[in-house]
Amino acid sequence: MATSQTTLHGSGVGRGAVVGPVARAHPAPALHTEAPPPDDVAAAVAEVTEAFAQVARTLEKRAEEAGGTIADVLGATAMMAADPELVGQVRSRIEGGQAAVPAVDRSVAEFADLFTAAGGYLAERVTDLRSVRDRVVARLLGLPEPGVPALARPSVVVADDLSPADTAALELDKVLGIVIEQGGPTGHTAIIAGQLGIPCVVRVVGASALEDGTEVAVDAAAGTVVVDPDDELRGRVETRREALATLAGRTDPGTTADGHAVALLANIGTAEDAERLTDAAVEGVGLFRTEVLYLGRTSAPTEDEQAEVYARALGALGGRKVVVRTLDAGADKPLAFVTRSGEENPALGVRGFRLVRTDEELLRTQLRAIARAAERTGGDPWVMAPMIASVEEAEQFATLARAEGVRTVGVMVEVPAAALRARDLLAVVDFVSLGTNDLAQYTMATDRLLGELVDLLDPWQPAVLDLVAATAEAGLDVGKPVGVCGESAADPAMALVLTGLGVTSLSMSPAAVPGVRFALSRHSLERCREIAAAARSARTAVDARRACLGLVDAQVREVLALG
Amino acid sequence: MAQRSAVVASKVGLHARPAKLFTQAVGASGLGVRIAKGDAPPVDAASILRVMALGVKNGEEVTLSAEGEGADDVLAELVELLETDLDAEA
Repeated sequence: MATSQTTLHGSGVGRGAVVGPVARAHPAPALHTEAPPPDDVAAAVAEVTEAFAQVARTLEKRAEEAGGTIADVLGATAMMAADPELVGQVRSRIEGGQAAVPAVDRSVAEFADLFTAAGGYLAERVTDLRSVRDRVVARLLGLPEPGVPALARPSVVVADDLSPADTAALELDKVLGIVIEQGGPTGHTAIIAGQLGIPCVVRVVGASALEDGTEVAVDAAAGTVVVDPDDELRGRVETRREALATLAGRTDPGTTADGHAVALLANIGTAEDAERLTDAAVEGVGLFRTEVLYLGRTSAPTEDEQAEVYARALGALGGRKVVVRTLDAGADKPLAFVTRSGEENPALGVRGFRLVRTDEELLRTQLRAIARAAERTGGDPWVMAPMIASVEEAEQFATLARAEGVRTVGVMVEVPAAALRARDLLAVVDFVSLGTNDLAQYTMATDRLLGELVDLLDPWQPAVLDLVAATAEAGLDVGKPVGVCGESAADPAMALVLTGLGVTSLSMSPAAVPGVRFALSRHSLERCREIAAAARSARTAVDARRACLGLVDAQVREVLALG
Repeated sequence: MAQRSAVVASKVGLHARPAKLFTQAVGASGLGVRIAKGDAPPVDAASILRVMALGVKNGEEVTLSAEGEGADDVLAELVELLETDLDAEA
C-alpha cells in the first residue's frame, strides 16, 4: 500500500517494535568562557541566582515524581543547585567582573576538583554537579533544558546522542524506545537499551528533525523509524509486540525442536547485572566482562574488592554456569594504569591477555580473586582470557589460572589465528568461546568502531563464518564446549546457523534470549545443519543470510521480523 | 555559641540521602550552623557540597556549632538526625 509516511533509516538494536510520541533530549550547552564582563552586575547576579533557584525547583519536582534511587539522586542534585556556597561563589565572581557563564563554570569546577580529589563516591557525584552547571547555563542562554526531559507519558526518546549519565537517568518505565542520530550499534546507549529490551535505532539520519509529540513507529528489527504511522502499520507493530511479550514469558532451557540442548546464557558487566538475572529465564552467564571494575580508576582494584564483586555475581546466579572473562583492557577500552599510550594501532597492540607481558601480577590478582569468590560461594566459575593468538599464550594462561586455583579454564577465539588452530588451543584448555565482534574486526581488517564500514563487519561474511565453523568443528572432534558470546548469538537466524555448526552455548544480552529460544525450538538439529550448510555455501554476507532465511520457519520469520 | 558532637549513624556516611536530609534540616532551622570533622576548619552545614566534601563515614564524629536564639534546641535536633541511620529509612 502506498502511503505518505516518512521512513528514517538506521541500525536497530534488539528485535522490538513500538509506537509512541517523540520526547526530545537536548545536548549540553557550549560553555563560552571568553564572554565579556556584564554591563549591569546587579542584574546579572539576580539573573544567575534565579536560574539556580529554577533549576533546583525543577530537579526537586522531578525527584518527587520519580521513585527509588533516581529520586534520591535527583533530590541530592536539586540540593546542589540550591547550595548557598555554590551560588554565593558564583555571585562573588560576577561581582568581581566575571561574566555569568564562566562564573558558573569555574565555581562548579572548584567543587568538582574537590570531589574528584576525594575519589570514590564523591568523584562519581561530579556528573551531578556538571548536570547542575549545564542546566543553569542553558537557562542563562535561553536554551532548552539539557538531557532527557521529565516524561509526562510513555515516549520515544530522541537525541543526537545520550551520555552514559543521560542513559542512567532515563525513567525506564516511561521509555518506549530510543532513537539516536549518532552513536553506533556497540555504543553504550545501544548496549544498555539491548540489555533492557527497549527497542532502539541508532545512526538515524534525520532524527534531529523529529519534533516533540510527533508519533513515530520504531522498529529495531528493521532499523526504521516511521513518522506518523498509519493504522495498518500500528496494527502490525501491536501484533508483533504482543507475540514478543508472549515469548518473553517462556522460561524453558534452550533446545532444538528435537531436544538437542544449546545453553542460552547472558552477557553481563557488573555484579548488579548478575543480580538482575536472579529470576531471569537464562541458564547462566556466558560472558562476565570484568572491565567495569577497572574503569575510571587510577589504580587496579584490590584482590579483596574484586573477590567481593565476583562473589556477589556468583551468589546471584545460584548454581548456574558463569563464565568470567579476565580483564580485556586496551584498544577501545583504555585504562590509565595499564594502557600504554603512543601505540599506533592499539587494536593490534598490547591489549587483553597480552597485558601479562608487562604486568603479570594484574592478572594473577584477578585470578586469585575469582578463585576466592568461587570458594566462598561454592560456585564453579569458568574463566577465560581475551585476545589469545597462539597456543603458547593459551598454555601460559591455563598454567597461571590453574596455579591460582581456577578449575575450568578457557580462551576466547577472537583472532583468526586462534580460530584456525582451535584444535591446538583446545588441547591445552577446557573450552573456547567465540567473540564474533572482534573475530569479524580482525578477519575483515575493519575497525569495529567505524560505523561507515558496518557492511564489512557483518558476522555473515563468508570468511567469518568459515572461521566460526572451523572452531566449532574442532570442539566437536575433541568433545569440548565451544560457545559464542558475540552479538551474532543474539540474532535468531545466526543462532540456528551456529547450532548447526556445533556451537554448544549462546551468550547474549538477556533481552535477546526469548527470540533465540523461540527460533531454536522450531527447528530440529538436522534442520539447523541444513541451514548452516546453506549459509556457508553462499558467496557473500547478504546471500548467506538470505540462504539461511529461505529455510527458516515462516512463523519465526514473521514474529521475529527476520525479513 | 552552642556546640555539640555527634557520631554519624548512616551506613553510607554523610553522603547522598543523609547529606540531603541533614542540609535540608539545617536550612529549615534558619540559623547559621557550622559542621567540622576532626581538627579541620568548620564549614557551612547548609551547603550539601561542603558537607559531602567532608567525606564523613559511618561511625565518624562531627562537631556542630551554631549561634542565635534556640541554637541549643536546633543542635539537639540535628544531633538526633545524624545519629539515626537516614539511609535505612528510604
